[in-house]
Amino acid sequence: MTSPPDRLPEQVPVATQPRKGASLALLIFAMVMTLAAFAEVGLARDGRIPTGLFGYGGGLVVLAGAAYYVQARFAPYADPLLLPLATALNGLGLAMIYRLDLSTSRDVQDAIRDGKKVVTSGLASAGTQLQWTFVGILLFAVTVLLLKDSKILQRYMYTLGACAIILLLLPIVPGLGAEINGARVWIFIGPFSVQPGEFAKLLLVVFFAGYLVKKRQAMSLVGKKIGPLSLPRARDLGPIMVIWLFGLGILFVQKDLGTALLYFGLFVSMLYIATQRISWVLIGVGMLALGVLVATQLPFLGHVNQRLSIWQNPEPYFDGGCLLPDGKVVSVAPGTEPYIQAGNTIGSGLTACLKMGGDYADSAQLMKGMFALGEGGVLGKGLGQGEPWRTPLAFSDFIFDSMGEELGLTGLMAILLIYALIVQRGMKTAIAARDPFLKLFAGGVSFVLALQVFVIVGGVTRLIPLTGLTTPFLAQGGSSLMANWILIGVLVRMSHQARQPAPQSIQDEGMTQVVSLR
Amino acid sequence: MSEFTLTLIKLAFLAVLWLFVIAAVGVIRADLFGSSRAVARAARRSRTPRRERQPRQPRQAAAPQPRMPRQLVITQGNQAGMTLDLSAGAPITIGRANDSTIVVSDDYASSRHARLYAQDGQWIVEDLGSTNGTYLGHTKVTHPQPVPLGVPIRIGQTVIELRP
Repeated sequence: MTSPPDRLPEQVPVATQPRKGASLALLIFAMVMTLAAFAEVGLARDGRIPTGLFGYGGGLVVLAGAAYYVQARFAPYADPLLLPLATALNGLGLAMIYRLDLSTSRDVQDAIRDGKKVVTSGLASAGTQLQWTFVGILLFAVTVLLLKDSKILQRYMYTLGACAIILLLLPIVPGLGAEINGARVWIFIGPFSVQPGEFAKLLLVVFFAGYLVKKRQAMSLVGKKIGPLSLPRARDLGPIMVIWLFGLGILFVQKDLGTALLYFGLFVSMLYIATQRISWVLIGVGMLALGVLVATQLPFLGHVNQRLSIWQNPEPYFDGGCLLPDGKVVSVAPGTEPYIQAGNTIGSGLTACLKMGGDYADSAQLMKGMFALGEGGVLGKGLGQGEPWRTPLAFSDFIFDSMGEELGLTGLMAILLIYALIVQRGMKTAIAARDPFLKLFAGGVSFVLALQVFVIVGGVTRLIPLTGLTTPFLAQGGSSLMANWILIGVLVRMSHQARQPAPQSIQDEGMTQVVSLR
Repeated sequence: MSEFTLTLIKLAFLAVLWLFVIAAVGVIRADLFGSSRAVARAARRSRTPRRERQPRQPRQAAAPQPRMPRQLVITQGNQAGMTLDLSAGAPITIGRANDSTIVVSDDYASSRHARLYAQDGQWIVEDLGSTNGTYLGHTKVTHPQPVPLGVPIRIGQTVIELRP
């Protein structure tokens, strides 16, 4: 509101031309890149072009072609970059999962035959991932087709907000949800397991956008001014308090710092977009710090403490460590004294730790991921030539580290840039949108993607404590792929709306204008 | 497959990855500044002799006249920073109604607040019977009035300007 006119960019173009050609060219480039990744995996491993190139690579080409057709036909003014960038990430992820797929990965089979220790917890499966990509792209197409005017969502904001809360609570329902790898974020419906949080995230953005459009006048204009900061009224602090308590609830029930950070950060950023008040950001960061501080001081939240302890110093926890009540960490890895005393079998570390009255944790996964990154170095080992399968969940939570081992820092920077470009296009859509609700919606959707990438990539690279969020588009997992393809569909639809030329008047007499909306 | 070949393949793939990123940035660049091909096409068109004669005449005629605004910039309000291209000459409506060209969402604007239209090479602002009025500079707009370049038009909390 206060930006002086001289700081405006010279020319913010309102693109009124469809950029279908550029989009198609980039999409073909993304395809070529995916096929090259498959080819490199095959050449490195077997010395020939792999058969998977035609199956998986070809499948992805057909799917992306269909997605392009839908976009070009029904949203011709859409941002040309969103679809190719998402496809590139999906393709790279598919190639890495194909490489880690046990049934096709010969080096893993060799390792098993040689009697080396191989982690087989959970299996990478390129076939499943391709199926989910199919479902994801189908949902992208459905979103682009059905969501003619994203503003309709504003009408259902309370319904969608309630749906989000229900989705988030579903995993806690006994019988429906279950704990996998220490996180209670899954529900089971027949043969399928779904991570409802991935979808809840999108619904929450709709709700926050609708809510803030209504309230932002009061939140951005009323308040006392102290120095350069204008502080909001106490009663406007209500919503942020509710979200804060909600985040603390996630922290207590799910013991998940990252998810709490995701939702709270999303709300604070949207509040900032809506009000343009820096004081909201400061209040938000302060509340977050307070929340974490409280969580570490409470005795019954030892897990959070332990997460922080592993994050600061993972080494004593390798293959099992025990945080004693007095704050000391004792290693209970196989071969150590407590481990042998407790029976010297699988699970002895945990038994020994419980006997000592401490909290058991294992940092092997995190540390192996770090080793993989170190192994990769600047240029990486080359696809198919590293040993990323040594890290548990190398195809899902730790796929970023797997990429780091085989593509090196150079490749990781490119991947992060692709994410950054998607987010930038989303923010650009937000700026170009004419309606405040759509502005907030597009801004929130792109920010939530950015924050999720930050939380998981920061986690596996030990910048922040590790959290089991999915790496969008790269990691194996149906819920994540579906939710993120819907997200791209929403952005494509909104960018089409924002970039198409304003309706031209057919007849221009008096105050009533007849315009063509087609 | 020799180690050397594999290293070459590895580097080639990284190069492809980065080329993709650079190509994507190139598309953004073309979006911002116009693609180099489009610029070249425009230059070629202006070089052809048939077109050369035509632009010279209006340029001489237009010289004494004030320059036609080419874009509309929102300098204040919730849409601050947005610009609109005026070269099409289509009329622009401003108000809280969703079908306005510029949708403002503040309580001081009417749903159909004002409109701008081009007439005889000038842009005219007209108040559409708004509650709080439209201001051109410091004067209230009571009848359709031509808008000079760079003079702010205030509609509620939104301020727009015409720029060359």
